[in-house]
Amino acid sequence: MGQMSVLENRIDMSLLEVKNLKVHFPVKHGMFSRVRESVKAVDDVSFSIEPGETLGLVGESGCGKTTLGRAIVRLVEPTAGSVLLNGEDITQMSGSALRTRRRKFQMIFQDPYGSLNPRMTVEQIVGEALDIHKLTDSKSARQKRIAELLKAVGLDPIYAQRYPHEFSGGQRQRIGIARALAVEPKLIICDEPVSALDVSVQAQIINLLRDLQQEHGIAYLFIAHDLAVVEHISHRVMVMYLGKIVETADAKTIIREPQHPYTQALISAIPEVDPETKRRRIILPGDVPSPIHPPSGCPFHPRCPIAQLPRCKDEFPELREVKPGIWASCHFAGTKIEQSNRAGNRSV
Amino acid sequence: MIGGAILIVLYLVALFAGFVAPYSYDHLDTNYSFHQPILPRLQNFQLVVPRYEQGAAVFTYHAVAGDSKPVHFFVRGAKYKLFGMVPTVIHLFGTGDDRYPIYLLGTDQFGRDVFSRLLYGSQISLSIGVIGILLSFTFGMMIGGISGYFSGGTDTVIMRLCELIMSIPALYLIISLRATFPPGMSSAQVYAMIVIILSFIGWASMARVIRGMTLSLREQQFVLAARALGQSHLKIIVRHILPNTFSYVIVAATLSVPYYILGEVVLSFLGVGIQEPSASWGNMLTAAQNTEYLRNFPWLLAPGAAIFVTVLAFNFLGDGLRDAADTKSS
Amino acid sequence: MNLLEIKNLKLDFGAGAEALRAVDGVSLTIGAGETVCLVGESGCGKTVTALSIAQLVPTPPANYVGGEILLNGRDVLKMSNSELCNIRGGVVSYVFQEPGAALNPVFRIGNQIKESLKLHKPEKATNEEVIRLLKLVGIPAPESRIRNYPFEMSGGMQQRVMIAMALASEPKLLVADEPTTALDVTIQAQILELLHELKQRLGMAILLITHNLGIVGDMADRVAVMYAGQIVELSPAKELLRRPLHPYTRALMNAVPKLAGGADRLSAIPGNVPRIGDFPPGCRFAPRCPIAKPECSKKIPDLVEVEAGRWVRCPFWKTESI
Repeated sequence: MGQMSVLENRIDMSLLEVKNLKVHFPVKHGMFSRVRESVKAVDDVSFSIEPGETLGLVGESGCGKTTLGRAIVRLVEPTAGSVLLNGEDITQMSGSALRTRRRKFQMIFQDPYGSLNPRMTVEQIVGEALDIHKLTDSKSARQKRIAELLKAVGLDPIYAQRYPHEFSGGQRQRIGIARALAVEPKLIICDEPVSALDVSVQAQIINLLRDLQQEHGIAYLFIAHDLAVVEHISHRVMVMYLGKIVETADAKTIIREPQHPYTQALISAIPEVDPETKRRRIILPGDVPSPIHPPSGCPFHPRCPIAQLPRCKDEFPELREVKPGIWASCHFAGTKIEQSNRAGNRSV
Repeated sequence: MIGGAILIVLYLVALFAGFVAPYSYDHLDTNYSFHQPILPRLQNFQLVVPRYEQGAAVFTYHAVAGDSKPVHFFVRGAKYKLFGMVPTVIHLFGTGDDRYPIYLLGTDQFGRDVFSRLLYGSQISLSIGVIGILLSFTFGMMIGGISGYFSGGTDTVIMRLCELIMSIPALYLIISLRATFPPGMSSAQVYAMIVIILSFIGWASMARVIRGMTLSLREQQFVLAARALGQSHLKIIVRHILPNTFSYVIVAATLSVPYYILGEVVLSFLGVGIQEPSASWGNMLTAAQNTEYLRNFPWLLAPGAAIFVTVLAFNFLGDGLRDAADTKSS
Repeated sequence: MNLLEIKNLKLDFGAGAEALRAVDGVSLTIGAGETVCLVGESGCGKTVTALSIAQLVPTPPANYVGGEILLNGRDVLKMSNSELCNIRGGVVSYVFQEPGAALNPVFRIGNQIKESLKLHKPEKATNEEVIRLLKLVGIPAPESRIRNYPFEMSGGMQQRVMIAMALASEPKLLVADEPTTALDVTIQAQILELLHELKQRLGMAILLITHNLGIVGDMADRVAVMYAGQIVELSPAKELLRRPLHPYTRALMNAVPKLAGGADRLSAIPGNVPRIGDFPPGCRFAPRCPIAKPECSKKIPDLVEVEAGRWVRCPFWKTESI
């Protein structure tokens, strides 16, 4: 235990460090065939998160962001690579050692209707977290703590005896947040926590998360597909495509000067509320390719408006610092795409 | 709800069998063998029962006019133990006089009151059903939950075992299992053994269904949340997954009880279940196999009617529960 | 005569004492070739209103207790079954939110499109026509695609197939209920671009239901904002986005994070959207409204035309700061 506290006090160490993480799911054809192919959901991803920081993770469906979030919490087993929490590799742990570490990182989920056990009361749901780690020693202390947690997320403690179906979507997300907070984590993976909520309620939950971060210094990995929401709440943003990170930068910078063509396309695809900004869209042709057979070289090249063969097809672009603080995985990073509709010119 | 009401009455009566039955299950009087049902009738606003005398032919009886005794309630009768524990002599109804018997459903070949034996038999038949499903469903749910949750090798082995058990024709399995037990066992042991055999057959199909439900429940986000909190696997299965299968389980249980009751009936009917002189609906029907008897003494079929009513009641209850569960879950 | 005129539509779920009013006096017109967006959050009644145009809401449990829906001058609510079959697909077509759920998984998409053709333009129910439609919606290699099953196609492709099915019978009005909500943002951009193109090519009117104000900016000529079963603001799209008038619209726009909008606290709307049957008395937005006054809870305000073509259901719409 002494060694652990020494590690925790080192200021120069990141809270979370992910190194070369891979999550590959084997594709089986029938019961007896040998595994030949795999879905490369997360393919060699590395990044870090500092204490109290919010790292946004954006990408579209199939890019692997949800799998990445779950692999970090070990709800899904990584195939290779390491996940260092305060310097300790949690991919090598199991049993009670892992269980104790779980207090440091928690997860909140997307579906407000599926993330709470319909047969448990709010008190049981939040209390379970306290019970597993034995965080309270008497019944009254437990009740008090549960009331505190409910208040912290903006719910009246009177609701503790109610069942999930009696609450609205936004309130259920608050219960889920209370459950995660109960163990006093330093890092919370937020897997699309507001995507399933009404617009007017999304803002409430986003504000709540920010307030909690300021009060408790919790770091977030904020996974979402809505770039506007991610940019609002994050300090830094990562963009994923087909299991790989294609760009990482400070939140403001990535919006202002996106370097990777996919990032540029993502930003331009967002419908703009302000009628004055007449933004022409970059329309990407075709669909996201299958993660079982990703394209050779740069995975984005078949849909990329600025791809140049043969380089983009043969050579995989490493993630490199193309400008101070901006990392991109593109041979021609920084090229501004002409904002004209080029759909239909490329065959898929 | 009708089903539920009928069942509540049946089980209450079974519980108080000793009290409701005017006679013990082994009380016999060969003077009255194969007596037709003796029903009280109304005379001067009083319920009375006439005395019967043997007639000319064997097993025929007629009432003696003018000679009757009133029926009393909470009357003193033979000794018995209420709930098997409390010794008492009070019965629900009777005449208090052995010369004026009340055989509501007649007697069998030994002069034993069919009604009383029906009640004592109900204790066995009804309880075997309930205990049977409790055992097999508890076991089946746990096995199914474990199988579905852990998947992989464990799952394969367990499921193949279930399939093996389910592929053997139940009746033959029951009989052969019964044959492996030594004869001359006490009736309590026989009872326990029947329950165990029936449960052994029944858990497999429940396990399979629960395993299927577990496979999908396992991916629900609230289960993922519990895993992320570090909850142990066993607790996740018991606290999160299995409670969400209850709506199916309750309905399946209610619809399965009749099979357990019938299982015992079949065993006893074939002579390998509850033994004489203990009464069970099954062994009471054995005596009714003889068509001569059936033609002349149709009241011997009373246990069959009782089984019919019970099974029907369980089916109604199960249907009703299924409908209720559906609306709640939507 | 307008293509579509909804006049004071009132729809209840359930009957008698337990009736819950889902649509409460909605009036809306759509002219030929016009694109109108119906904006609102879940439970506001926008989907039910749109489905009513072709009487697609099952009655029971719903029942229409007032108003009319005039499609080319004829009241849909009074039409017979055969007349309804004619207008469904023939005059009004639908595109729904989940393309995977709206396509029948056991039929090839070519056959599903042909089914639509057989009903309304039987002379054109040929493979050639199906291929032409698939090309129209931008599906590459349509000749091989007509033999595909829905599960063999991505979400974006499925949505295009739905649009092809809807267009097969050359409807005058296309009702699209959140057609891009279930799709990724880059695919969403493709589909919106497609709708835009089709609108210009075929000259059809579009009723687009969405909760995304950004889509409104891109696509709509006019916008109706719904809250708790009523229209609270009706206005030309650009005007509304530039200068929203109703407190709900303004609060909604403030609550949406904008790109490069600064990382200040979002001004969230407190409370929850009221559920059907649980509407507060008087103005339904009053409990959550930042400028509510006591008289707001006494009487439901009327929808009033306060500027040319701009209607608001709020007597205090002129209040400056919200």
